[in-house]
Amino acid sequence: MFDSLQERLGSVFDKLKRRGALSEADVTAALREVRVALLEADVALPVVKDFVEKVKVEAVGQNVLKSVTPGQMVIKIVNDQLSAMLGADHVGLNLQVTPPAVIMMVGLQGSGKTTSTAKISKRLTEKERKKVLMASLDVRRPAAQEQLRVLGEQIAVRTLNIVPGEQPVAIAKRAVQTAALEGFDVVMLDTAGRLAIDEELMAEVAAVRDAAKPAETLLVADAMTGQDAVNVADTFNQKVGLTGIVMTRMDGDARGGATLSMRAVTGCPIKLMGVGEKLDELEDFHPSRVASRILGMGDIVSLVEKASENFELEEAEKLAAKIQKGKFDLNDLGSQLKQMQKMGGLSSLMNMLPGMNAGQMKKLKDAKLDDSIIKRQLAILSSMTPLEREKPEVIKAKRRTRIAGGSGTSVQEVNKLLKQHQEAARMMKKVQKMGKKGMMRGGLQNLMPPGMGGFPK
Amino acid sequence: MSDENKKSGWFSRLKAGLSRSSSKLGDGIGSIFTKRKLDDESIEELEELLITSDLGVATSARLAANLAKTRFDKDVDPLEVRESLAAEIEKILEPVALPLEPDGTKAPHIILMVGVNGSGKTTTIGKLASHYKARGLKVMMAAGDTFRAAAIEQLQIWGERTGCPVVAKETGSDAAGLAYEAIERARSEKADVLLIDTAGRLHNKSDLMAELQKVLRVIRKLDATAPHDIVLVLDATTGQNALSQIGTFKELIDITGLVVTKLDGSARGGILVALAEKYSLPVHAIGVGETAEDLRPFTARDFSRSLMGLGNS
Repeated sequence: MFDSLQERLGSVFDKLKRRGALSEADVTAALREVRVALLEADVALPVVKDFVEKVKVEAVGQNVLKSVTPGQMVIKIVNDQLSAMLGADHVGLNLQVTPPAVIMMVGLQGSGKTTSTAKISKRLTEKERKKVLMASLDVRRPAAQEQLRVLGEQIAVRTLNIVPGEQPVAIAKRAVQTAALEGFDVVMLDTAGRLAIDEELMAEVAAVRDAAKPAETLLVADAMTGQDAVNVADTFNQKVGLTGIVMTRMDGDARGGATLSMRAVTGCPIKLMGVGEKLDELEDFHPSRVASRILGMGDIVSLVEKASENFELEEAEKLAAKIQKGKFDLNDLGSQLKQMQKMGGLSSLMNMLPGMNAGQMKKLKDAKLDDSIIKRQLAILSSMTPLEREKPEVIKAKRRTRIAGGSGTSVQEVNKLLKQHQEAARMMKKVQKMGKKGMMRGGLQNLMPPGMGGFPK
Repeated sequence: MSDENKKSGWFSRLKAGLSRSSSKLGDGIGSIFTKRKLDDESIEELEELLITSDLGVATSARLAANLAKTRFDKDVDPLEVRESLAAEIEKILEPVALPLEPDGTKAPHIILMVGVNGSGKTTTIGKLASHYKARGLKVMMAAGDTFRAAAIEQLQIWGERTGCPVVAKETGSDAAGLAYEAIERARSEKADVLLIDTAGRLHNKSDLMAELQKVLRVIRKLDATAPHDIVLVLDATTGQNALSQIGTFKELIDITGLVVTKLDGSARGGILVALAEKYSLPVHAIGVGETAEDLRPFTARDFSRSLMGLGNS
């Protein structure tokens, strides 16, 4: 969803993390990159400026220089600010009014109002057991009313019958009356797309609001929107008064800066997001999760949880002892592979890892790493004799052929694994020289076998 | 466009359409450079101002730096800055301003419209049909968006408005098959232009992009040189993601040109400059309003001058 921004910030923080101490100049340099990254992610300039300023103040106040891991410190501050900007927590739809609760959908042309109207109606009907009536007030775009009617049929939600020539305010009134008379819980009003500067149409939607008194007025906005997001959101908020935002096309590859901008400028929570073309592809918006993702901290929390759940202490100690002796045989490689498999395989680990820079991400993608590699390598290892695993140097041509046959792989693959092991062993020796501290600092990068789990340098 | 009156009418419409971004840029430049020298600070402010028009970080930096090169530390007046930037932008846009002219020898000249959801493909087809029809061409449309509810009805209404036949099947039918039938019919009825609509799709959905590739393959079974134009319809409010959008569409289905819609009102349109720099794809037309007349050929000079809030001198 926000992959590009994630990669970008990832590369910024990569630089930070590789330094022992962090000077104030470093913070400024990092924030300059954060600023460009946010701008390229379409976060509006005033919002970016505000954000960077806040982070700077925070970072200086917290005495970054003295903190143990300066890079993480900055990440945390940036993340906290970003989360704060996106809103504290998920806010749901407010339907706590005397029924029928009216939800009015507004937005620019082509932002996805009609589809979102249907998605929300489906959700309220199926998940919250509400009786929903939908009405299209779009008398401008050809076949817009028809579009909502067809969607209504698909999701089995009633639409107000279409009276040709009826004007939006009249349709809204009729919808609310019909709903009140027939005991509907919710009325969804899908308005026509309009430009924020079109005074006439903004007046029309304000008139609809006055007639229907919506409990929720939701701005439907495209996650791909550029710098103009602030103006759109601000104008709609001022002219109509918004209670929430629905972001659409969050399944695209846009960096989604508009999300931040709109939230910041209106103060309205982002309540829902569209994540696909199908009518059930609508999700709650969780600000903190989105902020973490933007920063490439991904699911660092879940990663740590998973790691501690799966990493068996005993084995870890065994490994550590062996490394101390400068020994790293194929059994150790095998147990590492198994650990990785337990943690959900490469792909899930990659997604959770913070601080991967753009280049690394791309290399990984290009390498088309998949988890079947781990499986095959484990098969190769289990086709070896205990002696072979302990003393890989005894594995010569004949043994290789046997192992390949036994594991259903090829000699080339066996060779590759052995080479990987050699490299890993060499690294382990280095680690040993650096001492235990060095290994800790090297972190995950050194713990993974190079050439596969290890990050391409 | 040859008629002078008509031209100034069009220009004022474009200018009115772009008024928000142009007045913002114009005013912004005014406030930066009034009684001030061109120094590092004012250059940076200018760069930021350009970024707010979706020109992107790189293009904005380059434009500002170019200005600095020639006039650094000199007194500049805002009008001069605007003129100079407009000229720079015009230079970038000039090579891409190419109208979408149906080739009479093709009969039918086949134009395929693609783009992400909600960019305005169907509306653009309706407007183009109305233009070509007014020029005396025989136009046919194909309702190839067989996915979105009522997309077919929407195009049929355009068909009634313009008096052009619409080839359609029911929602959910195969888009490639429909394109095939439409070409056969356009041939047998000797249409000059065939405009084929497609369902909106996000460029990062590989299955939907594969579907589009299939439409192309099927069209090429009938005519190896078709579609003669593959036009991506782009919403001008789109931010920097437009670059990735166009990159992917270009790579996978080799689009030949762009139509940029919704440049009126709140849109900013600076993204067009960034796109021209990166991809040099022809920009065939821009939409600045809801009527068919509001879709017009793209001219670099008009656009760059109105973006900077300058008159058509």
